[in-house]
Amino acid sequence: MLDPEIPVISVVDLGIVRSVELAADGTLEVSVSPTYSGCPATEVIRAQIGAALERAGLAKHRVRDVLSPPWTSDWITEVGRAQLLEYGIAPPSAPVASPRRLLNDAPVACPRCSSKDTERVSEFGSTPCKSLRRCRACREPFEHFKCI
Amino acid sequence: MTAPGNIGATPQGSASAQARLQYVLRLADTSLILGQQLTGWIGHAPALEEDLGLANVSLDLVGQARLLLAYAAQLEGRGRSEDELAFLRAPADYRCVQLVTQPNGDFADTLVRQFLFDAWQRELFERLTASRDVRIVEIAAKALKEIEYHVRYSAGWLVRLGDGTEESHARAQRALDQLWPFTTELCTADELDQLMLKQGVGPDLVDVARAWSTRVDAVLGEATLRRPADRPYRWFGKRGEHGEHLGYVLADMQFLPRAYPGAAW
Repeated sequence: MLDPEIPVISVVDLGIVRSVELAADGTLEVSVSPTYSGCPATEVIRAQIGAALERAGLAKHRVRDVLSPPWTSDWITEVGRAQLLEYGIAPPSAPVASPRRLLNDAPVACPRCSSKDTERVSEFGSTPCKSLRRCRACREPFEHFKCI
Repeated sequence: MTAPGNIGATPQGSASAQARLQYVLRLADTSLILGQQLTGWIGHAPALEEDLGLANVSLDLVGQARLLLAYAAQLEGRGRSEDELAFLRAPADYRCVQLVTQPNGDFADTLVRQFLFDAWQRELFERLTASRDVRIVEIAAKALKEIEYHVRYSAGWLVRLGDGTEESHARAQRALDQLWPFTTELCTADELDQLMLKQGVGPDLVDVARAWSTRVDAVLGEATLRRPADRPYRWFGKRGEHGEHLGYVLADMQFLPRAYPGAAW
């Protein structure tokens, strides 16, 4: 099931779907974590998961929010990162725990020409999870999926 | 602080639950009202990037508010929803700090308010991740990472405005001088703060204040702005003592749900 805002990456590859379990009462329980506290796509994702399960004939289900441990961009899979890059979004540039991430000066490569000579235009982009950057080599703007 | 335990098992209606509810409402309302105020810049910011920036910060704050209000509704135990708490209370029932009820003003007013708040919220929420209240820990841990981005954004702007043109410097200094009295409340513990500290739910505000002050000094220094003298301010929004501007914010925010009760789409 694809992310509604970035329709090339699945919610599983984003690390949003935490687990799928069969509860004691026979209900299928899908646990999801919001990427950002105010992410408006979270509710859409929850509804779409429910709809997908209904279509698959798994009527007895519930989608559960899990806040802890908090979602981190480290959970985006390699497949997910490749999908973001192909779509034109630079994937998170460094593991969250790395010192460079804390200073947020890990170089971000341009998704079009791969140059590392890029600069940040704005901390926030079209969605809470992305920042706006510009490549100084090919001069194209692009978004960066922020490390969090 | 002591290790977290499931302290959510406080019986509803008890004095202890009431105190916890009030404390959570302080956190919730503060994020809610600031988030609401920032939406006033959407479509009006000086540059597209700042329109997006302020809207994104607002979105994060409203997200925090929703999580906290949902928890407050649970603690209250009256079957109210997060929406009812957000939209149907009277001004005196809000527990937001006075700083976030100050008008947006110009860009300097908004960014100075934002930085003073962000630097404080960062210290507060970092310490809340060690609370004995499990739900507060979860929400604070989630929000803290986003708050780091907020601080960087607002601190960056304070430096640009302060160490900018004569005009931007003058406006930033004026905003700082006008908003400074409202920082007293952020750094002063009242009885509820002291009770929460004793119960291991809330942090020591003296500690928060010290860390906040250090960061503020560093950023103001880089921004070539003068730190105003402290002016003790008696009224605390966290006790429901609000100025008139909150009324206008709520009139805007509450109009639709009050005019069309139960409306859904």
